[in-house]
Amino acid sequence: MSASASQFKRDAVRLTADLRHRSLIQTALGNYEVKRDEKKALFQDYDGARQLAAEIKWEAINRLDRHLDQFVRGLEARGTKVHWATTARQACDIIVGIARSKSARSIVKSKAMTAEEIHLNRALEQAGFEVVESDLGEFIVQLRDEPPYHIVFPAMHLTRGEIQRTFKDKLHDAPSDNPEALTLVARRVLRQKYIHADIGLTGANFAVAETGMISVTENEGNARLTAALPKTMITLLGIEKIVPRLDDLALLLPMLATVGAGQLISGYNTLYGGPRQPGETDGPEEFHVVLLDNNRTALLANAEQRDALHCIRCGSCLNVCPIYRHVGGHTYATTYPGPIGGVITPNLRGLQDWKHLSYSSSLCGACTEACPVKIDLAHHLLQNRRNASRRKPSWWQKIAFKLFAPVANGRIPWMLVTKGGRFGQRFHGLIRGTPIDPAYCWTRTRDVPRIAKQSFKEWWRETRK
Amino acid sequence: MNEREQILARIREALTVPAPVPGSQDGRARRDGLPTSADQRRVLPAVGDSFDARASLFAKNAADLRAQFKLLANSSDLAAELKRLAAAEQWDRVASHRGALTDPACAALGLPVLLTDEPYDKTDLERCPAGLSACDALVAQTGSVLVTSRGAGGRALSVLPPHHVVLARRDQLVADLPEAFALLRSKYGADYPSMISFITGPSRTGDIERILVLGAHGPRQLTILCY
Repeated sequence: MSASASQFKRDAVRLTADLRHRSLIQTALGNYEVKRDEKKALFQDYDGARQLAAEIKWEAINRLDRHLDQFVRGLEARGTKVHWATTARQACDIIVGIARSKSARSIVKSKAMTAEEIHLNRALEQAGFEVVESDLGEFIVQLRDEPPYHIVFPAMHLTRGEIQRTFKDKLHDAPSDNPEALTLVARRVLRQKYIHADIGLTGANFAVAETGMISVTENEGNARLTAALPKTMITLLGIEKIVPRLDDLALLLPMLATVGAGQLISGYNTLYGGPRQPGETDGPEEFHVVLLDNNRTALLANAEQRDALHCIRCGSCLNVCPIYRHVGGHTYATTYPGPIGGVITPNLRGLQDWKHLSYSSSLCGACTEACPVKIDLAHHLLQNRRNASRRKPSWWQKIAFKLFAPVANGRIPWMLVTKGGRFGQRFHGLIRGTPIDPAYCWTRTRDVPRIAKQSFKEWWRETRK
Repeated sequence: MNEREQILARIREALTVPAPVPGSQDGRARRDGLPTSADQRRVLPAVGDSFDARASLFAKNAADLRAQFKLLANSSDLAAELKRLAAAEQWDRVASHRGALTDPACAALGLPVLLTDEPYDKTDLERCPAGLSACDALVAQTGSVLVTSRGAGGRALSVLPPHHVVLARRDQLVADLPEAFALLRSKYGADYPSMISFITGPSRTGDIERILVLGAHGPRQLTILCY
């Protein structure tokens, strides 16, 4: 078992039994489905909308070379500097290089999962820059030196009391545990950061090929300020963020907000097409866009799972996943947790080391149903399992199936095993759930269903008499 | 080969194998070409045809979002409403930009004005109790205000002061998002402003126990005055 798999198992076992953790997740996500369904009901044909959204992303990804080229030419025509990075290391080096060339001291950052993916903050801090997260949730987890818990709600796992203590320790300012008062503290601290920062760093939700613009979705206004006040703006995004046309956003923006947060549309949806243009009096003087591959092209080459690149990072598959809701976001130990993480992480970071994420699913299909761009997540999890066992077969599984096949296929062996099992189960109660129980690894945490008194065949024979 | 060419080459190589079209697993065949605005309108939330239907949908959305929306009879009512706001919140100055709607509004207020369409100091803007701006459109379907860096006094005016007051004419109310994007296209052609933003309600966060708090980083209040 890889180190990441044993860590996953350890944390999953601990958190699944942690009732306090469970109640926190219930608080955070309990209302989500109600709000989401309210907004879904406003659509005239929500399922039709999913199909259209899937078609838009299919076109974007399956003609990615053309759309990317058009996107970049559009940006460059209006004075944006575009950088390309194959690896995470290269992307960090590019951004550190820009910060050095600007003799920057402080950098204010709005939420970007891609930056988490390449560990950008660590790289910038090691190079001597101060990086401040401006999204409230990200700001809180940054103060606590933790990774985000959820791709949309980073501080979902914390209570107001814990946040108050964090503010008291780190900011020496926490008048009460009232969410409004705590938000006000962060607002006061961060306003000064925007005004004095040399560089504003953002991610992007969409990249519009037709017009050469990035689109940023948020509720707080922190990305707006990040892109308005500092002299230099840097946007880091994965190459899969492309949409072909500006009009496609008329559909994708409400879809993202509906399934992402149960809103019809998010508070601020902003398009940036370049640095300050002639005649404009504010905005950055320089705009850099960094395009990241980081193994996305490898996933693109996998035609069977290519649609995993359609993902718009709404987080809805996490919210509905029974595994995510039990083991929580940190257990996955990856940038992208939940079902989408289980699909893409083994592809992006190594199948054998991360295949356990593809197994941490009940295959109930809730994720596939929740996905606004119709990614077939449950099947992709199965495909990862298939690929993993094909490439590295497990000897004990082979033996187990060699033994199981003749039993399951033969009438007499099957009858003997079920009859024996029925008899043996009478005494199971004596040892059930104790370490001498042969089914201990199952019964330790679960009930064993009783084998039926009669098989179907026996019942059939009896009723036909 | 540089990184750009290498990445594009890898993409082209990867795309030599075609991927299944969306909906092939549930029998929905893909049409030729991308969805049109008509396709989008068939699935997006419905919007009425008349001005009154749209105005009341906008008002309902604004109320849900805790934005203030006032439909006024004429420009003198608008000036009166602004004066009332200024008095109630004790504005000592406002930030704004030059324009057909903002000029008379600022004149009527009679307060010192910080103009953001000429060079300004961001610390001064941060101290202004209110930002007064025009907009490119109001979107009934979502209750959004469409602003651009060119039409609404730059990037910061609509987001830095704690109260954002939007001035709009009735004919700026559009039905839905597809119409708003069509408007941007016809208004700007290829020469888009560097920032285009759909503002929907005051700045908000739910990051602490998913409890809604207004005024996270941007304005705590959003007022839309339309005449």
